[in-house]
Amino acid sequence: MWDYLKLAGLGLVAVLAAIAANYARDLAYQVNALTVMLAAGIAFLWVLRTAGDPKPNVQHEYFDSVIRAGAIATAFWGVVGFLVGVVIASQLAFPWLNFEFLQGFGNFGRLRPLHTSAVIFAFGGNALIMSSFYIVQRTSAARLFGGSLGWFVFWGWQLVIVLAATGYVLGATQAKEYAEPVWYVDILITVVWVGLLIAFMGTLLKRKEPHIYVANWFLLSMILTVAMLHLVNNLAIPVSIFGSEQVQLFSGVQDAMVQWWYGHNAVGFFLTAGFLGMMYYFVPKQVERPVYSYKLSIIHFWALIFLYIWAGPHHLHYTALPEWAATLGMVFSVILWMPSWGGMINGLMTLSGAWDKLRTDPIIRMMVVSIGFYGMSTFEGPMMSIKAVNSLSHYTDWTIGHVHSGALGWNGMITFGVLYYLVPRLWNREGLYSLKLVSWHFWLATIGIVLYASSMWVTGIMEGLMWREVDANGFLVNAFADTVAAKFPMYVVRASGGALFLTGALIMCWNLWMTVRAQPAKATQNSMVPAE
Amino acid sequence: METYSVLRHLADSWFLLAMTLLFLGICLWAFRPGVRAAHQDVASSIFRNDDHPAEATPAKKEA
Repeated sequence: MWDYLKLAGLGLVAVLAAIAANYARDLAYQVNALTVMLAAGIAFLWVLRTAGDPKPNVQHEYFDSVIRAGAIATAFWGVVGFLVGVVIASQLAFPWLNFEFLQGFGNFGRLRPLHTSAVIFAFGGNALIMSSFYIVQRTSAARLFGGSLGWFVFWGWQLVIVLAATGYVLGATQAKEYAEPVWYVDILITVVWVGLLIAFMGTLLKRKEPHIYVANWFLLSMILTVAMLHLVNNLAIPVSIFGSEQVQLFSGVQDAMVQWWYGHNAVGFFLTAGFLGMMYYFVPKQVERPVYSYKLSIIHFWALIFLYIWAGPHHLHYTALPEWAATLGMVFSVILWMPSWGGMINGLMTLSGAWDKLRTDPIIRMMVVSIGFYGMSTFEGPMMSIKAVNSLSHYTDWTIGHVHSGALGWNGMITFGVLYYLVPRLWNREGLYSLKLVSWHFWLATIGIVLYASSMWVTGIMEGLMWREVDANGFLVNAFADTVAAKFPMYVVRASGGALFLTGALIMCWNLWMTVRAQPAKATQNSMVPAE
Repeated sequence: METYSVLRHLADSWFLLAMTLLFLGICLWAFRPGVRAAHQDVASSIFRNDDHPAEATPAKKEA
């Protein structure tokens, strides 16, 4: 019965998408509608061919197939996102790479949101969904709630990514940073996200462990807060049901404040709380010691929850935003430094008594560097939110350097560590294919980040100083184009740092691929043996 | 008074106080006496059930 309902629903979606493609008012909408039609058609065929198959009882096994898919998707979108990043970094250094024949599709303005969304929501999002499914099952000692709901979340998220990415290239955007997807993609995101919430909460509710492990708190706060941020920031009215244009409900400074309340908390809850959930589970697992202080992790959690949500206004210093709001954002950002470093210390000290493993285990090295970058960027961020510093740093490349030391250093490195941890376990393999390649990845990525961050510090501070330089008569000394010309060497260094980081990720993909293909299967405690 | 002023006043005074006290209360709660065993248990829970879900609900240690 359920299969027939699914078939009817998918058929209806395919037909409606075909109609929508026919009446489309713009190219991006048409391509997106055709994509939806295709996806619904493929899903229809899949359900049709498997309808009526006997469903084995799998309640005594973890739902790992969707996590395997998540690991593949994380690695794939990571490489795509880093590659687009290297392309746009090169376009900034060498403007002729904005090819004439690609104008309107492949120039910097179209590719930049593709890069940010690919790394944050495709790479980071898949990493978070994969990790939350893995962690919530293991720490609840229960199979993921909702039958095949996990697959709906996984494929729904990939569809969101494809719709958003093709939309950006074809010009569909609501021009809100990190919230570029247009209204119908936003609706799909909401549906998928509610699916994630149900799967996660349901598993917690049927847990067999008396307590909820702290990593789950971080992950759940990520899911709930992102849902709230997404709904408020994307309040918009579509111009036409057959077009990708919309009008925002808020306007002016209110819109700016809502956007940066969203933007900063996307950093705070998507890229920080969610990845801290990964840290609090995978670092103790890889080190084989419980977290240094469970009490500190509780305080870390609640302090982040109480403080982060107020920090957004620091993106709007010296704007039309009232002074008191900017000050509030600054003060809370500075207070945030303390719990962030508490969490960093908690993660690092988990290694106490096992520091020797740093010498032998490149995965732990990766995780430790990641926590180090968490500490560094959560110091740099509060510092940059101070108004006096911000007056120099804002609108310069310093901001971009800060973002990347967080994203490449903290989010990237912890995700690589998690992939190295998960892949042998998920495919039931006897360890990784090559630890030496992990070391190569580690050094390439680390040197890449250092090149990236340091070149952006230099160019950012230089740019800020050039912009504010006035002569004896009070006239500005430098034109904007002067700063652009002066930045050229640093842009080349930045692009090469990104290329190193991308090379490391490619080495990781090769290593993980060979782990699955060439490593012998683990002999005992096979999690994939059929149940008797 | 218009809504903005009412909310602004509330946010600056009683609600701020309530949030601060709630936060401090949570922090103190984490240090309540006798919680060490529970924390140790949950901190080491990640080393159980790695391969399979638990078979049946174990007897809960405390209420």
